[in-house]
Amino acid sequence: MPEVEVSLRLNGEEVRVRAWPMERLLDVLRVRLRLTGSKEGCGEGECGACAVLVDGELTNACLVPALQVEGAEVWTIEGLARTPAGRALGEAFVQCNGAQCGICTPGVIVASKALLEAEPAPTPERVREALAGNLCRCTGYERILEAVLRAAGTAGGGS
Amino acid sequence: MAEGSIGAPVPRKEGEGKVTGAARYVDDLAFDDLLHGVSVRSPVQHGRLVEVRYGPGIPWEELVVVTAADVPGRNAVTLLEDDQPYLAAELVHHAEEAVVLLAHPDRYLVEEARQAVELEIEPLPAVSTLEESLAGDTAVWGEDNLFKAIGIDKGDVQAAFARAAGDPDLVLVEGTYRTGAQEQLYIEPQGMVAQASPAGGVTVWGSLQCPYYVDKALAVLFGLPTDQVRVVQATTGGGFGGKEEYPSMIAGHAALLSWKAGGRPVKIVYDRAEDMRATTKRHPSRTEHRTLVDRQGRLVAMDVDFVLDGGAYLTLTPVVLSRGVIHAAGPYRCEHVRVRGRAVATHLPPHGAFRGFGAPQSIFALERHLDRVAAAVGLAPEELRRRNLLRTGDTTATGQEIAEAIDLPGMMDRALEQADWSAKRTRFAEENARPDARVRRGLGLATFYHGSGFTGSGEKHLASSVELRAERGGRVVVLAASTEIGQGTQTIFAQIAADALGLPYEQIEVAQPDTARVPDSGPTVASRTVMIVGKLVESAAIGLQRQLAAEGLLEDDHDAAAFARACDAYLDRHPELASTARYTPPAGIEWDDSTYRGSAYAAYGWAAYVASVAVDLETWEVKVEDFVAVQDIGTVIHPKLAAGQVEGGVAQAIGFALSEKVVWRDGAMANARMTNYIMPTSQDLPPIRVHFAPVAYEHGPAGAKGVGELPMDGPAPAILNAVADATGLELDALPLLPEELFELAEGSGA
Repeated sequence: MPEVEVSLRLNGEEVRVRAWPMERLLDVLRVRLRLTGSKEGCGEGECGACAVLVDGELTNACLVPALQVEGAEVWTIEGLARTPAGRALGEAFVQCNGAQCGICTPGVIVASKALLEAEPAPTPERVREALAGNLCRCTGYERILEAVLRAAGTAGGGS
Repeated sequence: MAEGSIGAPVPRKEGEGKVTGAARYVDDLAFDDLLHGVSVRSPVQHGRLVEVRYGPGIPWEELVVVTAADVPGRNAVTLLEDDQPYLAAELVHHAEEAVVLLAHPDRYLVEEARQAVELEIEPLPAVSTLEESLAGDTAVWGEDNLFKAIGIDKGDVQAAFARAAGDPDLVLVEGTYRTGAQEQLYIEPQGMVAQASPAGGVTVWGSLQCPYYVDKALAVLFGLPTDQVRVVQATTGGGFGGKEEYPSMIAGHAALLSWKAGGRPVKIVYDRAEDMRATTKRHPSRTEHRTLVDRQGRLVAMDVDFVLDGGAYLTLTPVVLSRGVIHAAGPYRCEHVRVRGRAVATHLPPHGAFRGFGAPQSIFALERHLDRVAAAVGLAPEELRRRNLLRTGDTTATGQEIAEAIDLPGMMDRALEQADWSAKRTRFAEENARPDARVRRGLGLATFYHGSGFTGSGEKHLASSVELRAERGGRVVVLAASTEIGQGTQTIFAQIAADALGLPYEQIEVAQPDTARVPDSGPTVASRTVMIVGKLVESAAIGLQRQLAAEGLLEDDHDAAAFARACDAYLDRHPELASTARYTPPAGIEWDDSTYRGSAYAAYGWAAYVASVAVDLETWEVKVEDFVAVQDIGTVIHPKLAAGQVEGGVAQAIGFALSEKVVWRDGAMANARMTNYIMPTSQDLPPIRVHFAPVAYEHGPAGAKGVGELPMDGPAPAILNAVADATGLELDALPLLPEELFELAEGSGA
């Protein structure tokens, strides 16, 4: 199949990009559009490092073909980091040491944004549940939890 | 003077880019004219390479193809020995060994090409386990399949055992313990970009822990002087030891392709399956203990036999063995200790560095064994440990006198208290006894230590150095090869330099490691970055101040403005203001590598961990419900970073204990996916409660020691001790998956 043109609303702006119909959204973002904030940790939807929002839904970009985002609203870490909610999360992650090596962090922040959008004041158990699709090998998740709760304003984040 | 930053949770130097997606990891770097490289690997575990066939349907003339014949220098990965080739030439010694490299601008085409290469390999007998290797029926390496054998002798174990025969006051406890391979599973797979040509030399950018290891290896591979090799660390997405030695291999592969492609940049980034199948893992182990204990619970003699499976090439295995052997007798007083350590060769991909480096294996065996020793003399696990834990002035198995003002029984009591040990024990015993109980709960303890820095005379040989440069206006740059891989190296170096110079933390910059620019401060491994390299940062900072003071430009009690004026005045007179510090061992640190006697490490981290578990008697799932980690790592430089190291280490060790099982098939990892190699998620982990009991170490920067590996050592035995407490089962192997626990329970009729 030849390349096609895909139109989507990406980080709040209209974007047209050429792609193979079955090309992974992750490659469209990283290779075609040079948005490298979404990471590839496993390529099969297990680790969540490539998490983005597609029409508000938390989605692993490694599992979505380009054609499927035609006409969709997509947010990546680059866009979210510029929103007030994304900035608050980012600041909380810096404050709490929620990012260590940082490779999982974009996906974790996207997933946290999706959670806080749906539940502005989650319990620690709910945060654990909501982030269970984002693997982190550095932190033991303690500081991530603290950061999300701090961003939600439901915990002082230990300070 | 600026208010000190040590001990304060200052914002991380590495923080900002990581939360916005701006940080550039190797796969994020943009290069013009880039080729994508892949590796064609052996499907056979051991064999003779007969022919390489390049299949139809691929425009081979467009591809860059590299085999062993293309190596310009030496086809050997420089490390301890030169037995491991970059590309197999005649024999393959393990599955997934690289034989051919390919590169092309189209990454889809190069993948098709990889699948079109057929390796004809005549199979030879293969050895897959340490037992088969020890049996010696098939030759794998050298004359006896042994990479290394070492021993520790303290007192006279043989005489102690001879005297014990027939002594009713002495009890003999024996046990054999095993641990499996473990994958580091950094979330960023290994990757490198290289640009290499005879005219331009070799430059690589990549994900790595030890820039100078790669630098030295590339110089040998290409037969170039090291000043024509440059290694730049990209932001690195976790290492845990997995990016200690393997990056030399992948850097070499990318550079060989670039060299053949006339200097075009070549990128190799592994996918997850290739990373898990081809790169190093934690060494599988077997430990046999024979312990004499008296009726009062005092350890009389310990005889330990420790064996590691090193895989097909030597890599770092002798050093891993060394650390495992030294930690095998633990932080306990015992007059007679013998440890025999052997590392054997098998036809598996080489096992390598992984956080803890041999110690988690031998400490698992010991701490599990001590619970059985305690039971044999009718003591509680904590009571047996209390009677034997090292005190200041005692000697370790290598005869090292502990000079630090440690209080291990005090740390253990604190851990027990935090875990609510006594009350919980009573409550769990009652609840477990109920006939309708579906869940049984248990508590487990481990007390242990971990040496900071290289073993024995390693630091003396490394002779690491660090440079500090000051600029006009008083900005100070720390130059070191120590890498930030998530643990916060840049932050702690800046804190140490800031406090030593009396400057605000913000005024210190830490350079990204680049071997064209930074001195060799040694590898970023072995819990050495804070204690050893941090001390060099502190010393270089003091040197900088002395240079200014010597010219009468700076008073002891100065502020940032006075420091800036002093730098300006100095630079009016001199072309540059820089200070270098080089490692020298503290007085009294002596080690004899031939007898394994002396100070194995300049200092140790000490710890007492308690795990509380629940075992579901229907699913046999083990849930760690609470975890308490009490440790002395000396002065805590950054409380949040240090806690993060402990929490992450405990999490990784919980995986080691309960879920992370490498399944071997035909000498390769059969479950090389995150779907079926199971690391802990946020829902699998308990709250990890971290407490520091700092005792300042006189030779560490501001009194600090190492922290990175310590938390990997204790959780696995604490958890298995807790599962044994809950179920009454004899547990002697890791990882303990529900199916294994089920089988043990069925077998015991429990």
